[in-house]
Amino acid sequence: MNLAVSIALSHLLSRRRQTLVSLAGIGLGVAFFLAVSALMRGSEQDFMRRLVDNSAHITVYDEFRLAKPQAAELAAAHGAVEIHGVKPETEVRGIRQYKQKLDFVSRLPGLRVAPVLLGQAIFTFAGKDLGAAINGVEPDLMKNVSTIDQYFVSGSLASLHSDPDGIIIGTGLADKFRAKLGDKISVTSPTGLVRVMKIVALFRTGTASYDEGQTFIILKRAQTLLGRPNVANRFILKLDDPARAPVVAGQIERALGYKSQSWQEASEDIMNLVKIRNIIMYSVVAATLIVAAFGIYNVISTVVLEKTRDIAILKSIGFHARDIRLIFLIEGAVLGLVGSVLGTGLGLALMAGLARVEVKSPFITTQAFLPIYWGWDQMALAAGFAMGSALIAAYLPARKGGRVRPVDILRGAA
Amino acid sequence: MSTVLRTEALTRVLPGDVPTTLVENIDLEIARGEFVAIMGPSGSGKSSLLYLLGLLDMPSAGRVWLDDTLTTGLSEDHLAHIRLERIGFVFQFHFLLEEFSALDNVMLPMRKLARLEEDEARDKASELLRTFDLAEQMHKRPSQMSGGQRQRVAVARALANDPQLILADEPSGSLDTHASANVRDILHDLARNQNRAVVAVTHDPTFAQAADRRIFLVDGQLQPPERAATLFEVSVRR
Ligand SMILES: Nc1ncnc2c1ncn2[C@@H]1O[C@H](COP(=O)(O)OP(=O)(O)OP(=O)(O)O)[C@@H](O)[C@H]1O
Ligand SMILES: [Mg+2]
Repeated sequence: MNLAVSIALSHLLSRRRQTLVSLAGIGLGVAFFLAVSALMRGSEQDFMRRLVDNSAHITVYDEFRLAKPQAAELAAAHGAVEIHGVKPETEVRGIRQYKQKLDFVSRLPGLRVAPVLLGQAIFTFAGKDLGAAINGVEPDLMKNVSTIDQYFVSGSLASLHSDPDGIIIGTGLADKFRAKLGDKISVTSPTGLVRVMKIVALFRTGTASYDEGQTFIILKRAQTLLGRPNVANRFILKLDDPARAPVVAGQIERALGYKSQSWQEASEDIMNLVKIRNIIMYSVVAATLIVAAFGIYNVISTVVLEKTRDIAILKSIGFHARDIRLIFLIEGAVLGLVGSVLGTGLGLALMAGLARVEVKSPFITTQAFLPIYWGWDQMALAAGFAMGSALIAAYLPARKGGRVRPVDILRGAA
Repeated sequence: MSTVLRTEALTRVLPGDVPTTLVENIDLEIARGEFVAIMGPSGSGKSSLLYLLGLLDMPSAGRVWLDDTLTTGLSEDHLAHIRLERIGFVFQFHFLLEEFSALDNVMLPMRKLARLEEDEARDKASELLRTFDLAEQMHKRPSQMSGGQRQRVAVARALANDPQLILADEPSGSLDTHASANVRDILHDLARNQNRAVVAVTHDPTFAQAADRRIFLVDGQLQPPERAATLFEVSVRR
């Protein structure tokens, strides 16, 4: 065996208890790092997958990002014209000539699109009035861009085909009305039109605001009810590759002029939260390992102190300062390595344990467990961090050991 | 007789609020095959001189030659290499690594120098231990051996790389008469029969008697030969 390694091991073995304690420190640090990181990343992936699945990848709105420039401003393009108190021109809401535009979008590769006319209405049943959104949809297109079909308690989007006056509501709204499937409910539009519609299907997503606030009817019906024939005010898109959403959204916005928002843009605040969560997690977990590194510093400092006599012997024999440093660095590396291996083992056990913890999820009715991320990269990260901090912790005492002058020790001993 | 070690006006002063002069103005020449005893009262600077001769300490003034190489002013790493190759130390207290067996302790300098294969080094180390009558102790740790045995292991380790110069600081200081005689005979033999230079610090007149030459230090200064002879006579009578 290499000389420095055998001396390093002899030191660690001669202080068995302290060695074990510092190994436990590193091992527990690595294990917690793994368990926490696996859980955080697992839940993040799970969350992101649900976010991507349950939200439109791109939504095209009947809005423009910038207000239309005023004629006076256009006339003096570089002049110092500033106009105040302009009364905005009443815009005809909705995507103009939506069918052509829908046609254009649906021809783009790798995506599916559906038009929606979104409006508000008052619903009346058994003497109770409640406001909710009306989504005018084409069921056959809609089911390609939405996961709503997964959440039906009874019926489906296609149920709208069976009855032109059918309406789909959430269980939340149904519960408030104490309405059941097949009940007739009257719908009053903002323009004052009243229509009686029959509940043909019920959904439950688990998100209360959605279950209480969203309803679906056939697009044509919505257009007449809301008094806006041949108009849609949203396009909802799903992409084969959700990551491309910002690019495609930009493409569509440039072509159509209408505001096209990718899911990344729409959930920017959530993504920021995820980022902050990750920062917090990694700092807490790194702190555990830094604390463990103090354990290593402690052992190696003690060994250096206790073994100054040995250092003096070795140096008087002819060992160089770097040979001495190497010995103590090896001790740190051995502690870091063995600690990482033990910690990874324990961490995997913890992860396996966590993976068996059952959770109730609002989205899923089947059995669900804590989401655990099993990637090897976090193990490399944990082990790398443990090794790094072990080496840094060992370096300070190692340097001190390398500086021991044998005469000083010999004079003291004589 | 070829000179192994030569010093010129060697002086070592410990700096501090009150600077301490350890040794002063030492001119010394040690030849191959010579066994030299350094004597003197406690605190006279014997150990300090030995550290300077062994290149463990650097002189404040003066110079040290080893085999005609001027060592004064060389880097610490360079000096360490010279120690490894050419100088063997035996300290007053045995100074062995406690976690290592006698054999491993003796192999230490060989493994560091790395001129021999592992098994060659092992053979040589066990051979050395055998000549010092330590065949039985080979795999014992220092704590499992007697003081005399440990001191002999230390001598064996000092000889591991076949140094021309062996420096011993009161090698028999902590030993009884019998063990002391044993170590003395070993050192004597090294000089006489193996043509090495041996310098040993000792308080023991019987030990010094065996040496070819006796040097006396008083207050860090080398005494002239005639004064040294008188001082030695005094020490024998005491
Ligand atoms: N670290 C130190 N600081 C100050 N003075 C010291 C130190 N070490 C030794 N000395 C002094 O240096 C002088 C020489 O010490 P040295 O150890 O060389 O003597 P010695 O002849 O070997 O004595 P002994 O026979 O007791 O071993 C002594 O007077 C001692 O007090
Ligand atoms: Mg001394």
